[in-house]
Amino acid sequence: MFKTPSGEEIFVVDGHTHFWDASPENQRNVHGKQFIECFYAYHKALSPKEQLWPLPQFEKYSAEQMYNDLFVDGPDDMAIVQSTYLTEFYKNGFNTIDRNAEIARKYKDRFIVNGSFDPRDGERALEYIHYMKETFGIKGVKLYTAEWKGDSRGWKLNDPGAYRCFELCEKLGITNVHVHKGPTIIPLDKDAFDVHDVDHAATDFQGLNFIVEHCGLPRLDDFCWIAVQETNVFGGLAVALPFIHSRPRYFAEVISELLFWVGEDKILFGSDYAIWTPRWLVEKFWAFEIPEDIKQERGVDLTPEAKRKILGLNAARLYGIDIESQKAKLSGEPVAVAAE
Amino acid sequence: MGASVRTDRVAEVWARLGEVTDPELDEPVTDLGFVETVAVDGEGGVDVVFRLPTYWCSANFAFLMADDMRLAVSSLPWVRAVRPQLQDHMVAAEINRGVRLGQSFAEALKDFAAGETLDEVREKFRRKAFERRQEAVILALRAAGHDDAAICGMSLAAFDRADLGEAEGGYQKPRYRALLVARGLAGERAFVTYNGRPIAPHELPAYLQRLRAVRINMEFNSVLCRGLLDARYKEIDADFGLACGSGCTRHAPADAIRESA
Repeated sequence: MFKTPSGEEIFVVDGHTHFWDASPENQRNVHGKQFIECFYAYHKALSPKEQLWPLPQFEKYSAEQMYNDLFVDGPDDMAIVQSTYLTEFYKNGFNTIDRNAEIARKYKDRFIVNGSFDPRDGERALEYIHYMKETFGIKGVKLYTAEWKGDSRGWKLNDPGAYRCFELCEKLGITNVHVHKGPTIIPLDKDAFDVHDVDHAATDFQGLNFIVEHCGLPRLDDFCWIAVQETNVFGGLAVALPFIHSRPRYFAEVISELLFWVGEDKILFGSDYAIWTPRWLVEKFWAFEIPEDIKQERGVDLTPEAKRKILGLNAARLYGIDIESQKAKLSGEPVAVAAE
Repeated sequence: MGASVRTDRVAEVWARLGEVTDPELDEPVTDLGFVETVAVDGEGGVDVVFRLPTYWCSANFAFLMADDMRLAVSSLPWVRAVRPQLQDHMVAAEINRGVRLGQSFAEALKDFAAGETLDEVREKFRRKAFERRQEAVILALRAAGHDDAAICGMSLAAFDRADLGEAEGGYQKPRYRALLVARGLAGERAFVTYNGRPIAPHELPAYLQRLRAVRINMEFNSVLCRGLLDARYKEIDADFGLACGSGCTRHAPADAIRESA
């Protein structure tokens, strides 16, 4: 629960978190080492100094620490914990659904566990979707189209195999498809960052919501064009939001573009934990105002109502969270107490 | 060859490298801090060591930059061989080898089924660079008091005479003009779309909205890349007494010259 300086309680759903194990023991090869070091560079480049972690802590953290950072010290009410396998880089996977389910079992009512699939697995991908639905009751998946597999260096959302998976997801009520469209690993393709496959899939699967994590950065402009045309395309703020600390004016320009093209009903907060912790992000976001000249030029504003939607209401809508009953369930748990 | 000749030659190489841009950011690789060292030997050989913000940076962009470096430096009359060397990258070995042998991207990375050619990618980023530069000069003209009708109808000769100051508009003015010329669009009008279509004054506001998104995207990526490069290499550099934030390699220190001959 985030309490504003004026005493208002804001319901926060952290749309993008991880419970990973990237420790040297779990690294399969140099790629696994380089993958977590790349995440660590993001952490170092964009965090306030007092929030920096040492690398060994960043490589692997405990469930207790995650709970504390999100819900006790941090302002989250709930967190969506995403699954990312990367089994070519990590012996037991980077952040599998089994690992995520563990932390969700330990701390009831806090986590929404999302699954993942890889359409290159063919029939096995379909079986796996059934398994995740039956075992974990998932309502969403996180897809990493840049993931390496054997000789393949990536796939596209509009591949025929992916379409078969989406048909099944729609049938089983797995309606929220989070897509990693951002930097870090990339397929060795002609335009590795192309976001147009989202356009095709979103048009063809109107019953699914496509949440484009990292807003398609480094293709924010292309993403905005797609989101404005497709009513079922959303933008996740992870990676864009931390600029609020180091480069607030850039952040103002980016959020203004998103508000203009995508709209306040379709933007989701995400800390990308453990790359960043949510407390400072939410505090700064609540206090943030778009500079007057950008506001004028763009004709948009980041109002308190827009902030409420982005911080929690939009994700609650996508995941069918009844906020009042959820608050009642959580009232007995230790939560962040306003500092003063 | 004396030390001063070598110093001059290294400076010439840096100047040529300053013409090579990161395709995605439309900024010189030297300003971005990507080029680490330049060394020349006694036989006209040039070694350029460069590195990128992450191990995962797009292979096609890395390849384009390496190849553009080779081409830019090769145009110096005394140069006999250029050896760009990408470091700390997932496909560094393939790219370095491919560029040295004059291979295409697909040949160099054939083990990874990387697709056919990079022409499409080049074209996409040429358009983005054109639009980013064009927006900067149009905004500068507006700020200088020109209305939309005057801008849309402006002749190239009038554009050449316009003083856009020292800031972004002035910086992008010759860069915009160079792309107009390169695309064969340097005709009567100073402002046309990337496809050569004139822009009507009433269309200009909506047109600029789209260009604005292109610019914000590129600037955002540029800030991110500089931050990541710093996070990746700053401490290492400090250990070697070369503490250096982004951009400082623009002026190559003389002690970076290596005697390799």
